[in-house]
Amino acid sequence: MLSGADRIFTNLYGMHDWRLAGARKRGDWDGTGAILAKGRDFIVEQIKESGLRGRGGAGFPTGMKWSFMTKQSDGRPHYLVINADESEPGTCKDRDIMRFDPHKLVEGALIASFAMGAHASYIYIRGEFYNEARHLQIAIDEAYKAGLIGKNACGSGWDFDLYLHRGAGAYICGEETALLESLEGKKGMPRLKPPFPAAVGLYGCPTTVNNVESIAVTPTIMRRGAAWFSALGRPKNTGTKVFCISGHVNKPCNVEDELGIPLRELIDKYAGGVRGGWDNLLAIIPGGSSVPLIPKSICDTVLMDFDSLRDVKSGLGTAAVIVMDKSTDVIRAIARLATFYKHESCGQCTPCREGTGWMMRVMYRMVEGRAEPEEIDILDQVTRQVEGHTICALGDAAAWPVQGLIRHFRPVIEQRIAEYKGRALPLAAE
Amino acid sequence: MSEQFVRFEEMPSSFAFDAESDAEIARVLAKYPPNKQASAVLPLLYIAQGQMLRQTGSAWVPVAAMDEVAKRLAMPAIRVYEVVTFYTMFHTSPIGKWHLQVCTTTPCWLRGSDEVVAACRKVTGIHGWNETSADGLFTLSEVECLGACVNAPIVQVNDDFYEDLDGASTERLLEALKRGEKPPYGSVIGRQGSAPEGGPNTLLEVGAK
Ligand SMILES: Cc1cc2nc3c(=O)[nH]c(=O)nc-3n(C[C@H](O)[C@H](O)[C@H](O)COP(=O)(O)O)c2cc1C
Ligand code: SF4
Ligand code: FES
Repeated sequence: MLSGADRIFTNLYGMHDWRLAGARKRGDWDGTGAILAKGRDFIVEQIKESGLRGRGGAGFPTGMKWSFMTKQSDGRPHYLVINADESEPGTCKDRDIMRFDPHKLVEGALIASFAMGAHASYIYIRGEFYNEARHLQIAIDEAYKAGLIGKNACGSGWDFDLYLHRGAGAYICGEETALLESLEGKKGMPRLKPPFPAAVGLYGCPTTVNNVESIAVTPTIMRRGAAWFSALGRPKNTGTKVFCISGHVNKPCNVEDELGIPLRELIDKYAGGVRGGWDNLLAIIPGGSSVPLIPKSICDTVLMDFDSLRDVKSGLGTAAVIVMDKSTDVIRAIARLATFYKHESCGQCTPCREGTGWMMRVMYRMVEGRAEPEEIDILDQVTRQVEGHTICALGDAAAWPVQGLIRHFRPVIEQRIAEYKGRALPLAAE
Repeated sequence: MSEQFVRFEEMPSSFAFDAESDAEIARVLAKYPPNKQASAVLPLLYIAQGQMLRQTGSAWVPVAAMDEVAKRLAMPAIRVYEVVTFYTMFHTSPIGKWHLQVCTTTPCWLRGSDEVVAACRKVTGIHGWNETSADGLFTLSEVECLGACVNAPIVQVNDDFYEDLDGASTERLLEALKRGEKPPYGSVIGRQGSAPEGGPNTLLEVGAK
């Protein structure tokens, strides 16, 4: 088990004061001015060396992303935009950071913005997080009042403004370019890339979009050093991560541990085990709804990190572990996700707009068994025509859960179809 | 009970921000660069919806309010209409005093959101989605993942999340609302945030510092 001393989010459960005084006791805002005094290059190098990979789902190296921001401004302002849209089913970690450890995010926003030459940063928080936004705004106000942000932030000579912006209910606004559109006051429809936000982002200016957790861990990395962070976890999958364990476990919870922890250990140690015991496990979605599920045989041994899960044709995603025991109608579980993607498609690309609806309708026929066995292959082919043929990754996200179901549970679908035929035929003959 | 669509002719023909809203608008506009005021469209719509709640008891945005937002932000009105209808949190018709938003996405469904839905139907008498009870007290909506899945299943009541529900506790919650009480939000089984039930087995040493 990760030692308490190596945990970053020491108020994950809100057992202590989340305001400035409490945050300071836990080490936040300690020597921030001195960190900034080491300069932009030093900070970006440290984050690179730490091996930190983005915690928003794609796992892109954070330090490298920061280095895409030009050193010399061409006159346009630079922006850091923090993605607090957290809407990927299964995922609820940024919520805890914002309501119980908001100063880690505020301090991280300052350090990251400074490192990218940004004098202003926006946090885009999903609209439903009303109480989380309230806490975060209080933390921002406290930081201004204490001179930690604002003019001459932490006595660094750097002026820095941080603004909170509430979304209004749309999963797609978590996609970084849709988020920028929404922040500009438009419908949240993803932009074609390139140009990437680092060249043309918010208001046409160089912009970096990072997840809440990616930003909130940076102050601790800077204080404890890149070597400390990179020694945790596994090579290329370094550091700690907040895991969200939901579904059929005895004690669902969020918990921070090292990347690379065995999936079974994570569930047994922290979530009280699978309901009815490990042998009662059917399958797990290991990284939020957008990644393919894995059956128990893989769960037995797989490690929870980007590369280990990619090797079993799934993904770490947001590290949201959705557990399904043997009582689960796994076809229905995935059909409900198909409904989610159909509902959340922004509708601007035909394969996604039409494909998500089509997949949902076929999936619900499969739930009943009201389908032909050949349709399983047709469904699989359709997912492949959506995947990779759309403006943003929502199309892929809609395709993958269905692909995972077919890959691992084809016999269950076939059996459902056979049962339906068995019921339907005598009726028809009557 | 039914979905209360208001015909355009029946909508308020005018809308003006009151002093409280105006003060809030001034604070909001300061967040965005001077020539990028359209960024304030979501916040201004929230302010309009909040003012309707204060003034009429129902949180919704009539077309006249959208037009006023457009005027304030020097945007074409059609851009504001597009935004209102793109996002799920704005209501273009009046809703009940308590907006019950039941999450039924897979993680909530795995932990019994079907029973929560049934309890909502039973207590409110509402059968479809987005309908309002005859007494105007409740509107029932189905929503997608609320981002609190380890505390599933969840019902969001107006701004607040009620967590770790089941059929019986949902009934108790709604009965309390009916009586005019508003129970404290959060876990209804007394969990500490997202810690495992019964208390965390990590971070125990932190408090000592
Ligand atoms: C449909 C869709 C939804 C997304 N939702 C979120 C989200 O809610 N939060 C988030 O941080 N990233 C989300 N992302 C990923 C972002 O586009 C982006 O990669 C991320 O914010 C980058 O931050 P990171 O590098 O720190 O991980 C989403 C992506 C897609 C395609
Ligand atoms: S893939 Fe879907 S959500 Fe993404 S831009 Fe296209 S239609 Fe919109
Ligand atoms: S699935 Fe209901 S809160 Fe996430």
